[in-house]
Amino acid sequence: MKDILKINESVKPKFPKHVRFRHNKARDEWVILAPERLVKLDPVAVEILKLVDGKVSVGEISTDLSKKFNAPKEVIMKDVIEMLQELSDKGFIEE
Amino acid sequence: MKSDELKSGSKQLKTASEHGIQAPLALLAELSHRCPLQCPYCSNPVQLEKKTGELTTDEWKSVIDQAVDMGMHQIHLSGGEPTVRHDLEDIVEHCTVKGLYTNLITSGVLLNPDRLKKLEKLGLEHVQLSFQDTDNENADRIGGYKGGHAKKLEVAKWVREVELPLTCNCVVHRQNIDNLENFIQMALDLDAERVEIAQVQYYGWALKNRAAFIPTPEQLDHATQIVEKARIDLKGKLVIDYVIPDYYAKHPKNCMGGWGRRFLNMNPKGEVLPCHAAETIPHLKFDNVREKSLKWIWENSEAFNLYRGTDWMPDPCKSCDRKEIDWGGCRCQAMALTGDAKNTDPACSISPLHKEIFAMAAEEARRAPPEFIYRRYGVRFNSPI
Repeated sequence: MKDILKINESVKPKFPKHVRFRHNKARDEWVILAPERLVKLDPVAVEILKLVDGKVSVGEISTDLSKKFNAPKEVIMKDVIEMLQELSDKGFIEE
Repeated sequence: MKSDELKSGSKQLKTASEHGIQAPLALLAELSHRCPLQCPYCSNPVQLEKKTGELTTDEWKSVIDQAVDMGMHQIHLSGGEPTVRHDLEDIVEHCTVKGLYTNLITSGVLLNPDRLKKLEKLGLEHVQLSFQDTDNENADRIGGYKGGHAKKLEVAKWVREVELPLTCNCVVHRQNIDNLENFIQMALDLDAERVEIAQVQYYGWALKNRAAFIPTPEQLDHATQIVEKARIDLKGKLVIDYVIPDYYAKHPKNCMGGWGRRFLNMNPKGEVLPCHAAETIPHLKFDNVREKSLKWIWENSEAFNLYRGTDWMPDPCKSCDRKEIDWGGCRCQAMALTGDAKNTDPACSISPLHKEIFAMAAEEARRAPPEFIYRRYGVRFNSPI
């Protein structure tokens, strides 16, 4: 049985095996796919999730995005943690 | 509905795009109606398709190509029992190469470890395994298959051994609802990601057995409390999906997310249906992928356009402010219980027939359950409907 994941700066998030983050060509949109679940994503979420690979930490993801979008890391990380926690609670993200 | 009414109305039917409906999200592919189990709540149509009429491997591959081109995200390989098909491996491989999220919905009893391993290698992404109860004796009695439950527990282990994620599909009713906590524990013990607790829905074959299955309102309340508590206790550990029997709901279910709005269903011979029970509506004519493209069918098929949107609705649906929330409920249930698929689903508390049908079902629930009428593939029963 899995434990509840608490997302913080050092967590290295990844998608569970049954969860796919995919680009749908015909619709030209990124979605999360899981059994009988489809999550549509806003552009910010897509940018975050493109960096999720199980190797980089939440902190590193936030650093990357803070450079890319020229915004303070703390502000970005708050959004990253909030979004990943929400997805983790629904079973779409694990460590 | 009279057939002449259908004919005269069909020319004015709006198409999917005229309704502002986009491409469907997922395809439920009934690869075969053949099944070794005999569940008395079987959701397949009363008239089952024979093996000889089933689509070929290449025909399924063409359907998959079309589904991807339309922008569909997911495919559910179902039945009957999809593993009766020896080309399941080819079909799975084609789905995953094309990028469809591929889900196998199975009773599991025909699977072995090697086949599961192969399916996983070919890209299968998820397995939904059905369970009839949590103890051998009652589960095998309900499924009509000796040794079935013990085999399913084995299959669940094999699924996890090849690291495929697992959903336990648990159909609950008055004859197993007291085991609800055991169902949830079983899902945890089997290391499932998700458990689906679905009360029997009463159309097709299940309606024949309603008196044997329908729980009392008290049983249902108790079950709902258990699920709500477990959802809190197991948040982040186990996803619990819960479907109540809509006879006891205030509003009808938003069936299929609305008729012909989000999903489509293909039966083994290639007919395209708005839902898996649509064949219970006798006047519907289904288009077939052997004759028309999937895209054309989604856009134009009369069986879809007939109940799309809200134009077809009579009162009380027509004047209801929930008409674009629940879309009038379930057409198949309206057909089965009122004789007209256009009527408000009697599961709705506003339906003029709700009280009568609810009272009848609640009365059935209070009496001793009758014997099951089993579902045997290849054996004809007289239809009591």
